[in-house]
Amino acid sequence: MGRVKLGDLELQNPVIPASGCFGYGYEMNEFYPIDILGSISFKGTTKEPRAGNPLPRVAECSSGLINSVGLQNPGIDAVISRELPRLREVFHQPIIANISGFSTDEYRECCEKITREEQIGLIELNVSCPNVHGGGMSFGTDPDVLESLVREVKGVCTVPLYVKLTPNVGDIVRMAKAAVDGGADGLCLINTLLGMRFDLNTGKPVIANVMGGFSGPAIFPVALRMVYQVRQAFPTLPIIGCGGVASANDVKEMMMAGANAVEIGSANLINPYICKEIIEAL
Amino acid sequence: MKDIRKFLRIEENRKVSDRTFFLRLRGPERKSNHEDNLCDTDFPLWENFRAGQFVNIAIPGKYLRRPISVSRYFPKEGEIHLYYNIAGEGTRELSEMKPGEMLDILLDLGNGFSIPEGIKKPLLLGGGIGAAPLFQLAYDLMGSGVKPQVVLGYNTSGESWGMEKALQESGITSFIATVDGSEGTKGFVTDVIREKNLDYDYFYACGPMPMLKALMNLPTEGELSLECKMGCGFGACMCCSMETANGPRRICKDGPVFKKSELKF
Repeated sequence: MGRVKLGDLELQNPVIPASGCFGYGYEMNEFYPIDILGSISFKGTTKEPRAGNPLPRVAECSSGLINSVGLQNPGIDAVISRELPRLREVFHQPIIANISGFSTDEYRECCEKITREEQIGLIELNVSCPNVHGGGMSFGTDPDVLESLVREVKGVCTVPLYVKLTPNVGDIVRMAKAAVDGGADGLCLINTLLGMRFDLNTGKPVIANVMGGFSGPAIFPVALRMVYQVRQAFPTLPIIGCGGVASANDVKEMMMAGANAVEIGSANLINPYICKEIIEAL
Repeated sequence: MKDIRKFLRIEENRKVSDRTFFLRLRGPERKSNHEDNLCDTDFPLWENFRAGQFVNIAIPGKYLRRPISVSRYFPKEGEIHLYYNIAGEGTRELSEMKPGEMLDILLDLGNGFSIPEGIKKPLLLGGGIGAAPLFQLAYDLMGSGVKPQVVLGYNTSGESWGMEKALQESGITSFIATVDGSEGTKGFVTDVIREKNLDYDYFYACGPMPMLKALMNLPTEGELSLECKMGCGFGACMCCSMETANGPRRICKDGPVFKKSELKF
């Protein structure tokens, strides 16, 4: 499979490691030349450095895992001064900047900084974070909140602004519409599903933070369904499909559902060579 | 580019104590006269192993791999030895696998122990199954001309899986502590240090967290190998990251071995 287009942005192929499963990319270059990838969505980045959640942060499930890393990252300034230069040494394709925040101002400040950086192909807004000024409810679960967030952020972006939608909503098309009405140039879907596990011996949650994001092949049908619904509602909107993709056939199926490009997350954790193998198989 | 994913053959997988299994794996094999194309042929990777490193084993039907430290490695024979306890469904299924079956493994993971210049009297402190990576380290220290002393702690004598016996046979002094007093000193590894008045200038430790916390009070510098639930095992997911004196560090990639002075617990 050859080049694909996300709006005006052209990628050499549709395969993109998803945010959080590939770090800032350059370390994976010891396993294979990562320059073969279509793009890389880097680790979710916030304004300030974040230490993340206590351990354990991971719980296994049938056909997937739950994680609660808690957006550990060195902060936008360190990403720009330290991580991006290292990535650029080994990766010459457009980069997807995955940006998180806990307030509209924080999102805006991060986007304002990252949009000026060389090689950023698009910004991907992670809207699954709790809004500290909105009672802790996630930005991505209220259409009005989402629309106004996207509108605020869009104003400072000089590269296309994509919104990574959370599946933890009743009506994904309504959330897609809110993002598009706010000015989003494209969408990425889906983020993880909120889940939890208990330890049978202790009767307590496995994850220290109690709940976490469920990902892996188990969520693939949910992701397909949501991409399909949003594609039906928005025939020409650029869409990055994400959720449980683990093989070249999954990539093809995700594109049949309507995705223009595909992110691969958890599968990288099980097989660090998976994206290379998928590109070779496509 | 590093090819860390290998398919290794189970040569032995048997119970060696109340709780512990011994797993002997072979491969990747030299090309030579072998017909078996299931085995990989990239041999030099074996020679990169360091005591304290681990492998991450895919268990059929389980989503996440299981990280297990390498207890002994034999580059010439193309073998590694692992010891593991049944901790849950995954390791139980591993214990039911038979010689001849292949395991999908990520190897050469983590940093391993270092042998700093000038140490003369290293003390090795292992708790339960945690002692496994110290096995190779003891021989590596001997190889570099430094004779270690070893203290192993178990809950009860039935948990011992034979490491102290093998070390004794190699002329390495080993002591035992059992919580129930069924063998050796009654109590913990720290009780042995006191009782035998052990003299050391550096220590290496691996075992349960309460033991490691107690060892943070030892007067000398040392290296502690940590264990935790991991996502990937090679540094991509941050599921095993913790705060240290040098900022956040991933147990899988920056560890699992950390200097005592670097840890904050």
